[in-house]
Amino acid sequence: MTQPLLSVTDLRVTFALHRAGDMPWTKPRLLHAVSGVNFDLMPGETLGIVGESGSGKSTLARALVQMVPATGRAIWQDGADLIALTRAQMLKYRADIQMVFQDPLASLNPRMTVGQIIAEPLRTHHKGLSDTEVKARVKEMMDRVGLLPNQINRYPHEFSGGQAQRIGIARALIVKPKLLICDEPVSALDVSIQAQVINLLAELQRDLGLAMIFIAHDLSVVKHISDRVMVLYLGRTMEIAEGRELYSNPQHPYTQALLSAVPIPDPAAERAKVVIPLEGDLPSPMNPPSGCVFRTRCPRVEARCAEVKPDLTAGAHGVACHFPGPLGARQAETA
Amino acid sequence: MALLDIKGLTVRFDTPDGVVTAVNNVTLSLSRGETLGIVGESGSGKSQLAFAVMGLLAKNGRATGSVTLDGKEILNAPPSVINPIRAQKIAMIFQDPMTSLNPYMRISDQMAEVLVHHRGMANAQAVAEAVRMLDAVKIPDAAGRVRLYPHEFSGGMRQRVMIAMSLLCRPEILIADEPTTALDVTVQAQIMTLLSDLQRDFGMATILITHDLGVVAGFCENVLVLYGGQVMEKSPTDPLFAAPSHPYTRGLLSAIPRVDQEGEELDAIPGSPPNMTMEPKGCPFAPRCTYAGEDCEEHLSPLTEFAPGRFRACNRSLEELS
Amino acid sequence: MVIDATRMKDLGDRLAEGEVKGRSLWADARRRFFRNKAAVGGLVTLALVTLLALFGDSLAQWSNEEIDFTIMGQAAQLGQPSLENGHYFGTDDLGRDLYSRTLQGTRISLMVGIVGSFIAVVVGTLYGAISGYVGGRTDQIMMRIVDILLAVPFMFVVILLLVMFGRSLFMLFFGIGLMSWLNMARIVRGQTLSLKHKEYVEAAQATGVPTFTIILRHIVPNLVGIVAVYATLLVPEMILTESFISFLGLGVQEPLTSLGALISEGAKTIYYGTTWQLLWPLAFFVATLFSFFFVGDGLRDALDPKDR
Repeated sequence: MTQPLLSVTDLRVTFALHRAGDMPWTKPRLLHAVSGVNFDLMPGETLGIVGESGSGKSTLARALVQMVPATGRAIWQDGADLIALTRAQMLKYRADIQMVFQDPLASLNPRMTVGQIIAEPLRTHHKGLSDTEVKARVKEMMDRVGLLPNQINRYPHEFSGGQAQRIGIARALIVKPKLLICDEPVSALDVSIQAQVINLLAELQRDLGLAMIFIAHDLSVVKHISDRVMVLYLGRTMEIAEGRELYSNPQHPYTQALLSAVPIPDPAAERAKVVIPLEGDLPSPMNPPSGCVFRTRCPRVEARCAEVKPDLTAGAHGVACHFPGPLGARQAETA
Repeated sequence: MALLDIKGLTVRFDTPDGVVTAVNNVTLSLSRGETLGIVGESGSGKSQLAFAVMGLLAKNGRATGSVTLDGKEILNAPPSVINPIRAQKIAMIFQDPMTSLNPYMRISDQMAEVLVHHRGMANAQAVAEAVRMLDAVKIPDAAGRVRLYPHEFSGGMRQRVMIAMSLLCRPEILIADEPTTALDVTVQAQIMTLLSDLQRDFGMATILITHDLGVVAGFCENVLVLYGGQVMEKSPTDPLFAAPSHPYTRGLLSAIPRVDQEGEELDAIPGSPPNMTMEPKGCPFAPRCTYAGEDCEEHLSPLTEFAPGRFRACNRSLEELS
Repeated sequence: MVIDATRMKDLGDRLAEGEVKGRSLWADARRRFFRNKAAVGGLVTLALVTLLALFGDSLAQWSNEEIDFTIMGQAAQLGQPSLENGHYFGTDDLGRDLYSRTLQGTRISLMVGIVGSFIAVVVGTLYGAISGYVGGRTDQIMMRIVDILLAVPFMFVVILLLVMFGRSLFMLFFGIGLMSWLNMARIVRGQTLSLKHKEYVEAAQATGVPTFTIILRHIVPNLVGIVAVYATLLVPEMILTESFISFLGLGVQEPLTSLGALISEGAKTIYYGTTWQLLWPLAFFVATLFSFFFVGDGLRDALDPKDR
């Protein structure tokens, strides 16, 4: 069996929040953004991470590149723990892990030319390169992501959203990373442009053998691009499985509700679909429910859910639920 | 007779970079109780179309053409005419409910104000009506929550409050501009179910403006597809999805990944959205269209009915597209 | 794959010739600025005032210290502006040439404004950027210091300094410089806080660009706009402050003068009908202030078109 590229164990991110006007010695309130996430990522694999706002999916990505402080372990292929590394030690791995961001224009410095933007990681990690070499590689990469290389001296505001996202992708790929983390890379784009960017990412991933962590709230997009999908709720993994398996045979009531809510662009299918309603609002991550965090909105909730936190089951299809099962099975069983 | 009749509506904006034509010669009609989806991407002019109807254009915008409500012209009407209409005949809800709720006023006061002002109710009576309406949009414990301020509601609840407010005067038309775009998918499903229920119960005509074809599929009887400010296709929903008649609609439908199907490569529409400062002579979609010929750059055939209730604006015939 | 690489190289070579020049935000801002008539008018006026202040002395027939004894004591009768005796703007009560004195005063006033604003830019920007970017406790402490300094009645301190250490140009600059950077530091800190969370800064952090380079490459260039605007608007504020101090009689010392001091003198003698003694310095004063305000407003509109 091949060695995972990245092996994450019990990853936690906790923010200490000081309320405005608090005295310096007041104990801050703790916000558990990510609490105990585990996953392995194989080389060349795409892991999709879905969750609604407040699920901690973006924080999880940022924790892997030390942009937010985290605890737990994230073991890279060569045995290094990305979370425990010092800033200086981490630098070596930053070239291997690159990110693509949500807002394509906001992720590009408006005062720099496209050439300077794409070259930045290259200049940071390969200081020995001459200007001509850098320029040649930038142009090659621009061509690769579908930008005209003669646009190298233009500024970000002269590009449309889709093109700006291509610039962001070029910047991430120019140092030949092994892992690309995409944080909602298409959610700010128009429908017709989304498909271009998704296709580009899929193609680049195939050609370059990249591993990818693809974070999105749009389940259809995640399904399309991912090999495996992880569902997050309130900073915890609810379910993780191979994509086709998760979408056709969801076991967790949250995954089922989430899937049932996705609108389908087909009137007949959309009308036939039964939406599983979720009661109430998302609980506060400052004060998450005891036991299973989903219990306050779960249609299958029982007394046990409040007492014991369900662990993610081992195996290819992991579910964190005391009463997993296909949709309707539970109701049939109790009836 | 149609309730709302829009003929040749054109909206232009004067900007430092030149004149932007946001809506270009749009004609549509809406009958009582109809649900119409207006689908378009950013820059398609879908929101400006609604703003022009409501008389809410920014001050550098100019609207020409005609918009009649019950046969009465309301486009560019003076405030004395348009204000009562905005309150009582046509209501609008927005993507971000916070922009239309006053953060410093209790929900009860904001809702009662509308009723006192427009329906001449006494305050106590108005608050009772507000509670009834909050109940109708399925806000739990409406009587208690009516005393809260807008920021004390979650995003989905706020949108419910907004919907309740817009329905207070029993409008004949509800325009919903991307009502669920800022919401999570589970909340979106709740809001769309609610809108369907209310539409059935209150019987108002509804215009749903969105970029999401999935939302349209579940909610609307008729769909209007806008691109570059012009109508590309107008059709009842079912045949539009089953057999889209315009290259743009086809492109859109095949560019969306679907959760209920196994996807291979998506058929992306090449190119970028149109530059609105340059009003195209011909079809705005021509530069990105695989079927476009030279004639498409020059002119665009007017919207024509090719099947009962189905209209398309395309130089290529249906046979040429297949 | 080999073919692919060569094809790509060919393409690159071919397209290298036709590199399109970009239109930077600066170029855009310049274009917008020069389309703003009031701002351009202000800039031209300012340039004229500055040129006159710097080189106008070569046209003068009297220096600012010389006393025209033919006029001394009869300023109200003989001291009005005239081309014949070389007092273009007339003379003051002592018979000194008002033209030279006005130019000299303009120089001092401009200098006070520019030095004050320069201190604000250097100290304020550095202080604010560090405070904002480092954040946390450092930020808290640095900003509380600013708050405390802002709570001190500034005019009182400057007057006290001038009284204690004697009236000198250096003391004046020192006093004004001491306070001018405080608001700048606050503004820059606020801006840095929002820039720090921009995705392009995150992108640079994620790829491992060193902190100092991030500040230099990603933070500062995006601060320049707001700093430039604020600095331009700070110059007239400093001039006003200096004028007020001079008006109180605590500003620069004779034979040096400033616009504020000249206006003060002119106002005192207005009873004797020597209106030119007030109007000339006042005209320069008002023209300079208005120009700075117009240029500042023009810069703001040009650099941040969304805010209009």
